[in-house]
Amino acid sequence: MIRAAVAVAAALLILFIAIPLATLYLHLSPARFGALITSPDALSALRISLITTVASLALTLLLGTPLAYVLARGSFPGREIADAIVDLPIVVPPAVAGLALLFAFGKLGLAAPLLRALHVELAFTTAAVVLAQLFVGTPFYVRSARAGFASLDRSFEEASATLGMGPLRTFARITVPLAMPALAGGAVLAWARSLGEFGATIMFAGNLPGVTQTLPLAVYLGLENGDVDLSAALAVVLVTIALAIVALARIIERRAA
Amino acid sequence: MIELRVSKALREFTLEVELAFAPGVTLMVGPSGAGKSTLLRIIAGLTRPDEGRVAIDGRVLHERGVDVSAFRREVAYVFQEYALFPHLDVLDNVAYGLVARGSGRAESRVSAQRWLERFGLTALATARPRTLSGGERQRVALARALAWKPRAVLLDEPFAALDEATRARVRDELRVTLSSLDVPIVLVTHDDSDAQAFSARTVRLERGRVAG
Repeated sequence: MIRAAVAVAAALLILFIAIPLATLYLHLSPARFGALITSPDALSALRISLITTVASLALTLLLGTPLAYVLARGSFPGREIADAIVDLPIVVPPAVAGLALLFAFGKLGLAAPLLRALHVELAFTTAAVVLAQLFVGTPFYVRSARAGFASLDRSFEEASATLGMGPLRTFARITVPLAMPALAGGAVLAWARSLGEFGATIMFAGNLPGVTQTLPLAVYLGLENGDVDLSAALAVVLVTIALAIVALARIIERRAA
Repeated sequence: MIELRVSKALREFTLEVELAFAPGVTLMVGPSGAGKSTLLRIIAGLTRPDEGRVAIDGRVLHERGVDVSAFRREVAYVFQEYALFPHLDVLDNVAYGLVARGSGRAESRVSAQRWLERFGLTALATARPRTLSGGERQRVALARALAWKPRAVLLDEPFAALDEATRARVRDELRVTLSSLDVPIVLVTHDDSDAQAFSARTVRLERGRVAG
């Protein structure tokens, strides 16, 4: 009896997730999908999404890796606070994050005088899309990388040092390769989160086709403009990427185990 | 010659030692937790003493205001669990110290190959460390430590990771290998039977001080 109830509950929830996603695939014929996905609007959104997520991932790796390392290994005042701040964007609503970025980097924001002096405009540019993605995606990478670094046996790095390898080369030759499953897993999740970013982007970067309109924004605008088919075609692309990412994350996990 | 005069507060007592290690093997014995490993780590630059002086062949490695980083000390350290790099094969593990010193990878591998021959490891050149037996791991760790001509060699409980059956054989191998070196070698063990089998100079450490 209990077993049957558990089975029903489990099946219901899985179907609740799977069926709506499957209907996206059933909405369009392959030919119609092909035509829609190669339309200028779709290609432009794909291009913006690709450029911005690659840029935000690069920034995440560049800034997040040293941060994750010091959070895992360093002992300094405020480490706990820094650790908590990194996790915040996971729980802050994306629209709130967008508003916060606008208050900080917008035309009338906190950093406005500095940005004006440097002749840099951020809000409602492609760079704003990248910053919004960096904000929401980074924690996924830093959390995973931090755990990876923390679980490494220090004697490998110490052995490298006694063999004459300096700290940076030890990091590149020993630390990073040994922590690679955690780094790669975190990078994949961060990239996926950035690709799906909507709320912070629309608040801070707007929805300008060819400039700030990423795939999720184009899905939204399609629906808004009554072009449901375009929305569905772009949605299929996003869900397919999501499926690939989930599979990839599993493979990385298995490899590490 | 390693000259050592250091003190460091540990949890239960203060490590306070003044010692000199001449070329050749010196055994450092004593119960677990006597500060033996900490002393090795201080010589290698992996742990900082609270105060004191460490010098090898007249070169000061640690003194007030001076602390040479571990990677510049040229002191080889064989870790208790060997710490072989799991993502590198045996040959690249042994070549590591040579690559660190700026030799090209190809050149380092040729030179490492000779060390593998010397240690009877040639057949394992492309093996990953996790596939090796305990005795093989120890030989790889030793080849890796010696391949770049260190100024001193430190071995932390080199038999602790081995089972009883291989222990005696590995001990004899190690004694022969180490006896051919003319740098100071400090071998830490908490097992008195190792000490007797080795028949070398012995220093006993108890609660952070040289005893007897």
